[in-house]
Amino acid sequence: MSIRTRKGLHSGHQGQAISVENIVKKYGDFEAVKGVTFDVKDGEIFGLLGPNGAGKSTLIRMMTTLIPITSGKAFIDGYDVSENPDAARRVIGVIPQAMTSDIDLTITENMSIYAKLYGVPRAERERNIDELLEAVDLTKWRDAQVKTLSGGMRRRAEIARGLVHNPRIFFLDEPTTGLDPVSRVAVWEMLNKLKSHRQLTILITTHYMDEADRLCDRIAIVDHGQLVALDTPMALKTSVPGNNVVEVQFLKAPSGWAERLHDLSGVQSVQDEGSSMFRLLTSTGSQTTTALVELSVRAGVEIKTLTVQNTSLDDVFVHYTGRQLRDEQVKAFGFVMPPRPGMRS
Amino acid sequence: MNRMLAIIEREMRKFFRSPTLMITAMIFPLVQLIILGNAFGGKIRDARVAIVDEDHGNQAVRIREAFSSVESNVRTFVAVDYSDEVRAREDVRQGRLEGALIIPPQFSRRFYEGENPRLGMVVDNSDQFMANSLQTKMQELVNSLNSPAATAKRIPSDVALEIVELYPYIEYLKYLLPGSISLAMFVSVMIGGGMLYIDDKARGVHEGYLVTPITSMEMVLGLNLAGALKAIMAGCALTILGSLIAGLGSSFQPAHVLQWFLLICATSFAFNGLMFLLMVRVEDPLVPRAMFGILNTLLYFPSGAIYPVQAFPKWLRVISYVDPFSYAVHGLKATLLKEASWVAVSQDLLYLTVFGLVSLVISVPLFKRTL
Ligand SMILES: Nc1ncnc2c1ncn2[C@@H]1O[C@H](COP(=O)(O)OP(=O)(O)O)[C@@H](O)[C@H]1O
Ligand SMILES: [Mg+2]
Repeated sequence: MSIRTRKGLHSGHQGQAISVENIVKKYGDFEAVKGVTFDVKDGEIFGLLGPNGAGKSTLIRMMTTLIPITSGKAFIDGYDVSENPDAARRVIGVIPQAMTSDIDLTITENMSIYAKLYGVPRAERERNIDELLEAVDLTKWRDAQVKTLSGGMRRRAEIARGLVHNPRIFFLDEPTTGLDPVSRVAVWEMLNKLKSHRQLTILITTHYMDEADRLCDRIAIVDHGQLVALDTPMALKTSVPGNNVVEVQFLKAPSGWAERLHDLSGVQSVQDEGSSMFRLLTSTGSQTTTALVELSVRAGVEIKTLTVQNTSLDDVFVHYTGRQLRDEQVKAFGFVMPPRPGMRS
Repeated sequence: MNRMLAIIEREMRKFFRSPTLMITAMIFPLVQLIILGNAFGGKIRDARVAIVDEDHGNQAVRIREAFSSVESNVRTFVAVDYSDEVRAREDVRQGRLEGALIIPPQFSRRFYEGENPRLGMVVDNSDQFMANSLQTKMQELVNSLNSPAATAKRIPSDVALEIVELYPYIEYLKYLLPGSISLAMFVSVMIGGGMLYIDDKARGVHEGYLVTPITSMEMVLGLNLAGALKAIMAGCALTILGSLIAGLGSSFQPAHVLQWFLLICATSFAFNGLMFLLMVRVEDPLVPRAMFGILNTLLYFPSGAIYPVQAFPKWLRVISYVDPFSYAVHGLKATLLKEASWVAVSQDLLYLTVFGLVSLVISVPLFKRTL
């Protein structure tokens, strides 16, 4: 790897791969990103978690020089992306949300063309392509046209392509959206492996809670263009009151039932989910459950289903936004192409 | 520079991987060449013309004889016997007949007494071409009746005409060829340069390019050169195919090959420049599709490809004056049909090159380096 001269380096950003300061994006009167600030440390996997339309893609596009920043600043490896976009472009690899590989070309051809766009010398180019294909387990398919590959293989091919010029910082916009669970896990493993072998800093966006939880060192929860929480998955989970979630559905809950559930031992909050379904956050799952069953027997209210879980990032999301991420996903069913300037869907 | 080549490489690999673009670019102009080349410029044949004989004299018999001579030779019309003038008129009006010849009562008597004998002709003048052809043929026929000596000559000259018509439409087909070649380049640019460009943009392929350190200049040049290369290939393929179809052997002489090749290069460059300029700010994939028909009509028809510019009204000539299509057609006509000198095509070459350059110079600052 070449030695990077870091002229025009912003002071106070050493050790920060990415630094975003009060960044804003407006489309006309609509504010898609409303003043977001965060740092990503060298070598970290950083997750931007939020429902569709939260502003994740818009954030990534500003950081990767794809759209102009309305106000605020973004630094990549110390370079101001507005003032020195080319320097920033050289240190980053980007996998946009939409498939950008050419489906008529083979995996190797796609990679080779990108290597040329980044000016990677021939010898290094060939070595890199071989290594990366091995790393994403696609050596066997190197000469297959991208259109003949499955969704999971395409994503892995894209990941290999995004790394063909040895970037230090890797941006992935929803790399697992639309993939089946097995392919998703394969992508996570691949990213973990690549990160440790190549000293990568990774910024990834997702609307899957389990993915953010399993993969990321730190998570920023984004909602309506704002950052609502930022910490490690563990810290985020413990920041939510209660350690357990009791989900219970009754055959028919009488009126005022939620208040009575709230009085049970250990219960910190009760959410009425409709159709006699309730979500209880509690500090002691077992005690609450016992009390709940006793109460139901006494009141003659029949329990249909009952589950007890540890708090997950789902609960974190509910806690910080007052909404369930799952509902948001149902609304935004399927794969949604990110809107482009000038094109309204 | 290398980045520009990478863009071209990608486009070329795609182009050669799937022959669809090439075939599409060729089929439209070829179909047009063959259909229009044969449909127009031909002569009327087998038009049904009624003969209403109200005279029954020997002059009427002469007319019938002349008629059947036409019928068996150039076959402009076939005679259908009618006894009633009113019915004949009605059938022309209904389209059951293309015309009717009325030989009025007393025609033979008037002929011998020099009393200004007159024949009546009913034509459907809503079809100009048909009416004109029938009138011309009928006038010829009457003239030959007026000069008895010429009647004898008619038969050999009609036979000679028959031989010429073994290759009946070749001249118009040749006339159309330069337009078809230009059209092949235009279709290639429209699809390969316009539609694919917008589709790539909409699909996000450009989003991938824009995160690399490529400059606007490299990207614009790369896309333009790639588009021009595809059009050059379409143009050359159609020149070769079209010359074979039209029997233009001179197209394959080395000096001519160089001339038409350069014209094709300049034309492709100009067309692609124009297309890129029109598309540089377009985002919606429907736009190039909607523009296809309009541009085709606006640029192809006024170019003189299918009808001489000299026959246009003034305002239409203005379009043809700036239209790069006109210069392409003019240059290719000079080279392919007239085997003209370099001087004859130099103006066309110059205009097309300058047109391409100017479009490029305007497109670069208009090109957005961001999404
Ligand atoms: N080019 C654009 N023009 C207008 N609005 C846009 C544009 N791009 C994105 N938006 C809006 O900004 C918001 C955030 O979009 P996006 O960043 O794509 O969300 P996410 O990636 O989190 O799903 C959405 O409401 C979207 O409609
Ligand atoms: Mg998005």
